[in-house]
Amino acid sequence: MKKEGEIEFIKDGKRVDGRSFDELRNIKIDVGVLKRADGSCYFELGNNKVLAAVYGPREMHPRHAQDAKMAVVKFRYNMAPFSVDDRKRPGPDRRSVEISKVSREALDPVILREYYPKAAIEVYVEILQSDAGTRTAGINAASVALADAGVPMRDLVSSVAVGKVGGEIVLDLNAVEDNYGEADMPIAMIARRNTITALQMDGNLTKDEFEKGLKLAMKACQQIYELQRTALIGRYNKGESAKLKDSGT
Amino acid sequence: MYKIVIPGDFVSDDAKRAGEGTYVEEGKVYATTYGVVDDKGDIRVVAFNGKYLPTRGDVVIGKVIEISFPYWIVDIASPYEARIHMSEISTRGGKRIEFGDMNTILDLDDLVAVNVLNVDALMRIDLGLKEDLQIGRGNGRLIEVPPTKVPRIIGRKGSMIRMLKDKCNCFIFVAKNGRIWIKGKTKDIKLASEVILMITNEAHTSGLTDRVAEFLDSVKTER
Repeated sequence: MKKEGEIEFIKDGKRVDGRSFDELRNIKIDVGVLKRADGSCYFELGNNKVLAAVYGPREMHPRHAQDAKMAVVKFRYNMAPFSVDDRKRPGPDRRSVEISKVSREALDPVILREYYPKAAIEVYVEILQSDAGTRTAGINAASVALADAGVPMRDLVSSVAVGKVGGEIVLDLNAVEDNYGEADMPIAMIARRNTITALQMDGNLTKDEFEKGLKLAMKACQQIYELQRTALIGRYNKGESAKLKDSGT
Repeated sequence: MYKIVIPGDFVSDDAKRAGEGTYVEEGKVYATTYGVVDDKGDIRVVAFNGKYLPTRGDVVIGKVIEISFPYWIVDIASPYEARIHMSEISTRGGKRIEFGDMNTILDLDDLVAVNVLNVDALMRIDLGLKEDLQIGRGNGRLIEVPPTKVPRIIGRKGSMIRMLKDKCNCFIFVAKNGRIWIKGKTKDIKLASEVILMITNEAHTSGLTDRVAEFLDSVKTER
């Protein structure tokens, strides 16, 4: 394994993949890609490919975990075995359980859970290809899928990571920068109100660096929000895909 | 064309008229769901998608999923299960139903047209049987659409559904929970479900009744 400092992160003011410090990777959003889910979204962030499916509100199982006052949000983040270079052992592990919890808590504040007492809203996020920043891609995808499912929400959630590589604060780290960089900080927020719903930090930043990173993330979340919005609005302007459910005779 | 909004979008300044699918914050009305704005009367956001929430008085189509004396447990395409009490039937014919005989009246997988008698805070739903509607018998088909599209399928004062019944030559029963029972000849059923699919897909556009009429006429001349 290479050690910190052996990679030249910044060259002529550009990063390893040619981006500038405050530049996002390419984003692609498709809404309503899964026929049998109540809501779904396919999200690409550079080389990250993420699929989110939402089911419900529907009956909560197990029953003892029901909440008599509001719906329970279930969130599962799962990496496909083929999503990384070395095969990932399938199934939940320490990391994915943590990300599921963090992502659920990032979305919780916007979902109007009290509309559906005792019910469950299930969100499934599958990482098909991973290249650092999958949890932020997962939150973005889940947020769009929830809207597509018709789940009542206060707003959309947008998410992005900032970090420190080669002594510079940069936006939306890729795999190399994430693995060998100095710090990584994923942030989820309600873009329009600048309200942060989730923030994690791996590595160390000074107070000034933190604030600089936060500013970068806020700007980027606005951009992502606009893309999420365009994807949702554009879907019905083009005409919806067939979604008729046949229950047989 | 209606205005499409997503959750959190600003809809109006008139907080007094805020209706379904909206919330009010600091005197302003915002959308809670992804849908189209309707500001005739109350300011509402009509969702594109969503689950049915029962209200007292609704007529819905249910499917018997469990028999648990003295209730039939019924799925009504909602996040919550509903139930029909045995007395709904025994009070009609006056005949007593014995403990093991509930399935002779209504068996598993039977379709029933029911009205919602009561919904309590714990989302326990009591249903009453509508005796005039025999659902699930004969040559028919049940389709499901998002319940928010039901008003569009019925049309203003029933204009859309009347036209559909007329031109497709079918018996069509549209229930509040988005389930639609179509009865008729196989060919007619197919046409009717195609048109209903067309309505649900284009529910957010204007001039839909005319377009549906045009489509139906073009099909008629082909035959």
